[in-house]
Amino acid sequence: MSSHNTSTKEQDYLIESQGYDDHFHEHHHGDKYQMNFLTTYIFSQDHKMIARQFLITGIFWAFIGALMSLVFRIQLGFPDADLSWLKPFLGKWIVVNEAGIGKLEPEFYYALVTMHGTIIVFFVLTAGLSGTFSNLLIPLQIGARDMASPFLNMLSYWFFFLSGAVMFYSLFLSTGPFSGGWVAYPPLSALPQASNGSGNGMTLWLVSLTLFVVSVLLGGINYITTVLNLRTKGMTMWRMPLTVWAFLVTAILALLSFPVLASGFFLLIFDRSLGTSFYLSDIFVNGQILDRIGGSPILYQHLFWFLGHPEVYIIILPAMGLVSEVMSVHARKPIFGYRAMVYSIMAIGFLSFIVWAHHMFMSGVNPFLSNFFVVFTLIIAVPSAVKVFNWIGTLYGGNIRMNTQMLFCIGFVSMFISGGLTGIFLGNSAIDIQQHDTYFVVAHFHIVMGVAAFFGMFAGIYNWFPKMFGRYMNDTMGKIHFWITMIGAYAVFGPMHYLGMAGVPRRYYRFDTFDAFKGFDDMNKFITIAAAITFLAQLVFIINFFYSMYKGKKVTTPNPWKSNSLEWTTPIEPGHGNWPGKIPTVHRWAYDYGKDDREFIQQHIPLRDGEQHSSH
Amino acid sequence: MAFVQMVDKNLPPSRYQAVKFGMWIAMVSITMMFGAFTSAYLVRKPVGNWYEFKLPVEFFYSTLILIASSFLMEWAYRSYKQQEEKSYKVGIFLTLLLGIGFIIAQVIAWKALVAQGITIDLNVSGSFLYVLSGFHALHVLGGIGALFVSNFVAFGDRYELTMLRTLRLDLVRQYWHFVDILWIYLLVF
Repeated sequence: MSSHNTSTKEQDYLIESQGYDDHFHEHHHGDKYQMNFLTTYIFSQDHKMIARQFLITGIFWAFIGALMSLVFRIQLGFPDADLSWLKPFLGKWIVVNEAGIGKLEPEFYYALVTMHGTIIVFFVLTAGLSGTFSNLLIPLQIGARDMASPFLNMLSYWFFFLSGAVMFYSLFLSTGPFSGGWVAYPPLSALPQASNGSGNGMTLWLVSLTLFVVSVLLGGINYITTVLNLRTKGMTMWRMPLTVWAFLVTAILALLSFPVLASGFFLLIFDRSLGTSFYLSDIFVNGQILDRIGGSPILYQHLFWFLGHPEVYIIILPAMGLVSEVMSVHARKPIFGYRAMVYSIMAIGFLSFIVWAHHMFMSGVNPFLSNFFVVFTLIIAVPSAVKVFNWIGTLYGGNIRMNTQMLFCIGFVSMFISGGLTGIFLGNSAIDIQQHDTYFVVAHFHIVMGVAAFFGMFAGIYNWFPKMFGRYMNDTMGKIHFWITMIGAYAVFGPMHYLGMAGVPRRYYRFDTFDAFKGFDDMNKFITIAAAITFLAQLVFIINFFYSMYKGKKVTTPNPWKSNSLEWTTPIEPGHGNWPGKIPTVHRWAYDYGKDDREFIQQHIPLRDGEQHSSH
Repeated sequence: MAFVQMVDKNLPPSRYQAVKFGMWIAMVSITMMFGAFTSAYLVRKPVGNWYEFKLPVEFFYSTLILIASSFLMEWAYRSYKQQEEKSYKVGIFLTLLLGIGFIIAQVIAWKALVAQGITIDLNVSGSFLYVLSGFHALHVLGGIGALFVSNFVAFGDRYELTMLRTLRLDLVRQYWHFVDILWIYLLVF
């Protein structure tokens, strides 16, 4: 370390002399939170352990979700191939005909598509992403001992776990899991007789996601309360790292939108089991007229997308926060336009509540109403562009460390630009007439909120792995992971834009039987092969993750990245309560990099004589 | 409920504020849920095929019961803070009784509705009534659970004025007022 930077000893001295004494260890003989195996690893109330639980559960679900996508990609790329080799895994969902050719059951194809969406959107990119990093970073970066309510925090994880267990069980039902699309529109979702998956599969889907809503709300209450009430001395709102800002706004969005989804689900449950007609009207099933009248399926869509649109920002905002922080640290520069970043997070959060009907342009809503939603949808491009500009501004002239997490940040910005631009196409209700429900939409949202959010998550994992496990991940394997994923993701989703513009609809079982779409066989094959290679690269990540957890290079300094924020002032493996003695007091914002010839100045270091606060 | 249990034995003031704040946020999210129900109601109503019917008078009785219990809760809380042990105990007990009375009144009201022929699956207007009052009743039941705990504390433990108990009672009080106001909002609908 250079002479400008404080050594570990000096740091401890600083925290002891300047820090805030909350009498943390006074009545403290052994820690009641970490007494035995069960309370340490299973029913832990420590935010860092809960974060790791969320992360590992998220990785498990990501693996399942990705496997599913591979199966349906094989079906789409090679509709005539013999799939009997999948029979050991999928059992009766592969039907082998007399000629010995195994075929994927069309019903199960829909179930796979549905489950892939549900799992990735909710279990991986909501719980796995913001559950992990909000839990890990909020208390550490604002200087708190733990969350406001460690108990509710534990419940939040276990509700998520339970929700996952129910969904996992539904995969093995004899009628299969729900198969009506991850959005679960009625009437398919409301009538158990509508399809195989609409029976018990849908019931379990609803149970699972209702539990999930509980988990998100418990988590969200905690995150907001902690950020607003438990910041350490000197940590004003405008000194918080952007990660914390992003988690705060994310939690607010979740808290306002998930209850509405719950309402929508409850009405759906009533329609399914009590004979009400909130969403049902004039329906024929198997040639029979139902006596359900007076309901409106559009009502469900309104309730669903009132959550659904904020949900995409619930997914992407934490990724944006992680990227901002990691980028600034590894470009060795203050984040460009800190306040603009915060205001654009807020603007995105606010606007996300008044654009939901752009998912419904083609469902029969009033076209004049659509105009309103078009305008606000396009306005979201403004704060998004501000953020992109600031990320590029942060990189410009920086002393960039090209490590894995930085690569993923740059990859994130690339994905966000590509996916964001196609959003402007889709946000126009007129263009949407052609594009809706095509592969153009699939490509758009996979790039902008799927791949981009994953990249943000990867950047976060590579960057904070040392804090979570006291070891580094392997950087070479990380770079291999990055480059294959980056190229692979474009190879998968790039051609899909083309398919979509040609009108190829999403969710179809096979295309070679349609005159209009059978010319794309080779393209579909290409996409499938690219997807398989990209999937293999994720195995590199998983091996790297678990290998490094036990065998990775050990971290020897508390601040391996020479970063400013408070989590790096804790011991290498922080115990419960994060700081062994006093909590550090904060004297400056989180982005004093390269100030007055000092490479970095941590937040708890007081101003020197005559030193001015960085203007931001 | 959970908030009542989770509070640590040693309670610094920052946590006191934080826990109260968490409660408000929880109320915001419950409000959003009912907001969604009522907006669905508003969107659905003008479309037509909507049976108009008179609310059974029991709903108004239950309203009076709930409002009265809210006042009693406030009385109990103030008595607790002013160390008037007796009125605190009476107040918290009566609040619980009236809370249970409210649920009974709601059940009678639903029975009266069914007697009028308005079942949950007759028409969307009736369905909405059951959904709104039913979900509200569930939230009141949560409050009753918390009141049970408060009563156990009030009658089981020796009376003393502590930060922790003030906080717990305050949380119960706020939640109780919240479900009260929520019901009035739903009734006005």
